[in-house]
Amino acid sequence: MQHRYFDPEIETASPEDLRRLQDERLVETVRRVYRDVPYYKKKMDEAGVSPEDIHGVKDLHLLPFLSKEDLRQQYPDGLLARPLSECVRIHSTSGTTGRRVVAYYTQNDLDMWEGCCARALTAAGATPDDVVQVCYGYGLFTGGAGLHGGSHKLGSLTLPMSSGNTDRQIQFMTDLGATVLCCTPSYAAYLAETICERGIRDQIKLKAGIFGAEAWTEEMRHDIEDKLGIKAYDIYGLTEISGPGVAFECEEQHGMHINEDNFIAEIIDPATGEVLPDGQKGELVFTSITKEAFPLIRYRTKDICILSREKCSCGRTFVRMTKPLGRSDDMLIVKGVNVFPSQIETVLLNNGYPANYQIIVSREKHSDKIEVQVEMTSEMFSDSLKEVTARERALVADLKGMLGIKCDVRLVAPKSIQRSEGKAKRVIDKRNLYEG
Amino acid sequence: MTVKQISVFLENRPGTLAEFIKVLEKSNIDLRALSLAENEDFGIVRVIVDDSYSTIQTLKENGYVCSMTRVLAVEIPDKPGALVNLLSVLGEGGINLEYTYAFLSKKPGSAFMILRVADPKEAIAVLQKAGIRPVCQDEFEGLF
Repeated sequence: MQHRYFDPEIETASPEDLRRLQDERLVETVRRVYRDVPYYKKKMDEAGVSPEDIHGVKDLHLLPFLSKEDLRQQYPDGLLARPLSECVRIHSTSGTTGRRVVAYYTQNDLDMWEGCCARALTAAGATPDDVVQVCYGYGLFTGGAGLHGGSHKLGSLTLPMSSGNTDRQIQFMTDLGATVLCCTPSYAAYLAETICERGIRDQIKLKAGIFGAEAWTEEMRHDIEDKLGIKAYDIYGLTEISGPGVAFECEEQHGMHINEDNFIAEIIDPATGEVLPDGQKGELVFTSITKEAFPLIRYRTKDICILSREKCSCGRTFVRMTKPLGRSDDMLIVKGVNVFPSQIETVLLNNGYPANYQIIVSREKHSDKIEVQVEMTSEMFSDSLKEVTARERALVADLKGMLGIKCDVRLVAPKSIQRSEGKAKRVIDKRNLYEG
Repeated sequence: MTVKQISVFLENRPGTLAEFIKVLEKSNIDLRALSLAENEDFGIVRVIVDDSYSTIQTLKENGYVCSMTRVLAVEIPDKPGALVNLLSVLGEGGINLEYTYAFLSKKPGSAFMILRVADPKEAIAVLQKAGIRPVCQDEFEGLF
């Protein structure tokens, strides 16, 4: 089989050459952030490490970690490393008031990011002859912009569909002969099901799909592949780091290659912060070494995974990461949106409900559903159905305002929420996304 | 001139009403009237009982969320047109009904309406002007 790469020299560089490149770029990045970003200088000074101590990747562990909390504290532009006049775009994390993170991009940053997505598309078999249908959301979310830019860079015909409107998606897919589909795995599964139900599978020309922004199982992969007759590829990324394309699957479909010329990956013990050797399970930490506007040093992703440097038959030398196997915090990803139980708790308490609640996440017809069960109290009860229902509706509206997605509320009898060792189990995720 | 009504929160699933009634039965509480309002998830059962105090005690002990409300009980003749008359008086007097339900007692020829209004005093004044006097708690007990 002939392998295709978007950047063959870099993607198949020898590990030694790649390490040298990372060393150089890391040293330069650390010098730059220490000089230009007061917050990094402060953190490094507090940790007693100076740019002169960093000679390469081997010294990375000396640098302090950066957390999402740091990013929130420095909202909106405390970590900006270039003047605003050099920035050309922002994107923002899903999530909400007080929890948003804004990432800035210079033109070079966009070029780098789109290049990463072009590599992912190429690894999935896309060429300039392909028609790439992008049905990730466009806007602040990085999904649409990332794959759109990657497809442009590759020279494929790009269909900027954005999300939703399934009838129109299918019409364009058939009429324009889309060959590569980019969307969330749950939407891909929904499209696949709809196409099969309508009996129009012979009218579509899809050969591959790149599906990311939420966790999915191998079972779901096979289901989508069978129904659409395509190969389904995983892709990984975070807005903070750039967006989708930080890592991508090749035809081996055995872990995602991290774009190591731009990002250095480490695995740490989430409890102690100690760096773990390749092959061990731990929290993924990224250091960006080419980003100009919003460089991140040792950013803790909270995603639990394993890195592998075993040789890949695709010829790429980039390290591979497993799909996230879990989270080191309690964050849930529902419909591609980050949800923290603490956000839900805040809304409940603000609305006068008790902190006796349970969050139940399920997936129905390939679509995520989140329900919050809240125990009724004397204070929130009334003989009037109108009043109780109005309070419930206000709660639903506030939850939507906080989370950005619709959340069902179910009022339940006091003490009906299961407690183990006296403590209620807060989250029941029925999707089993991280198993197997 | 009001009677005590107890409202209880019940989940909307099979068996919850039966469980609730069993709790009352165990404490020998006699139901005088019952009505139920529900949505998809939950219901509010409203009851009038022979002993409100021990009912509330019993329900709290059994972990129920409940509340007590003062409602009006009005006797009307058990014949066509009687309810229209009562409702017209209230409507013309500008009294909005939150909800209402009916029950019968041992008293032949009479029916009783429970009326839940925002301001019982105002409603009583309107009713009395039309010569209708709501039943008070003691009278109410004498009906059974």
